Amino acid sequence: MLSKKEKALIAEIWESLSPVAEDIGSDALLRMFASFPGTKTYFSHLDISPNSSHLRTHGKKIVLAIADGAKDISQLTVSLAPLQTLHAYQLRIDPTNFKLFSQCMLVTLACHLGEDFTPIAHAAMDKYLSAFAAVLAEKYR
Amino acid sequence: MVKWTEKERSTISAVWEKINIDETGPHIMARVLIVYPWTERYFGSFGDIFTVAAVLNNPKVAAHGKVVLTALDRAVRNMDDIKGVYASLSRLHYEKLHVDPDSFRLLADCITISFACKLRSSLDPQTQATWQKFLSAVVDAMSSQYY
Repeated sequence: MLSKKEKALIAEIWESLSPVAEDIGSDALLRMFASFPGTKTYFSHLDISPNSSHLRTHGKKIVLAIADGAKDISQLTVSLAPLQTLHAYQLRIDPTNFKLFSQCMLVTLACHLGEDFTPIAHAAMDKYLSAFAAVLAEKYR
Repeated sequence: MVKWTEKERSTISAVWEKINIDETGPHIMARVLIVYPWTERYFGSFGDIFTVAAVLNNPKVAAHGKVVLTALDRAVRNMDDIKGVYASLSRLHYEKLHVDPDSFRLLADCITISFACKLRSSLDPQTQATWQKFLSAVVDAMSSQYY
């Protein structure tokens, strides 16, 4: 459950990170590929080497979707509907991987924000990313 | 027994060297109680740990964080026998403290993120991966005497 304060904090953080969406997104993906090599199996059609344009484009896409959802968290099921369909019927990424990506995104945020990634921000963000992942997987079955 | 390459050993030591147990220990324990509040169930004797402010100012929370990192130090210095290092601690957490071993994974995640806040770009993806491999071994060792 996210409080009003937490929703505002989450929206604020993603707003501030949107200009560097490519950096944040590609960093989180690289961390996930390094820590959880099984996740690379979903990207055999892309060049996911550090700094590749595929990686940066894809990272940016993901971060902007997360940032967009953060603008009105109560409407996630509505705003994510197209992505739900995409992930359920085309991408069919095993939802366990969403947890792995979320964990790496938290590390990316910690590295980027340093001590500003307070326990409160961490808790709020972890809750948000969990909610995001859950909504994303809703159409799977 | 987990196999470590020379590179992994030096990566893990390099991360560990940058950490001050007295400074970072308290942060880690506070983080796990704030981010995963259900872990409060194990700390009934710590007094007030029910608000963020209380957790951040609780001396027992801080002390326990240092205890956890001191134990981690033993694992860093005995990477070829992490199971041995943690055997009695594992038994203690199972038999006496009745701690859900999933909690060790939660704590490990908070350790990584606390370190990331401090180390920032020096915890690059490859370093993170190696450090997490080490923490997985620690979590496994902490779970090993549960049966």
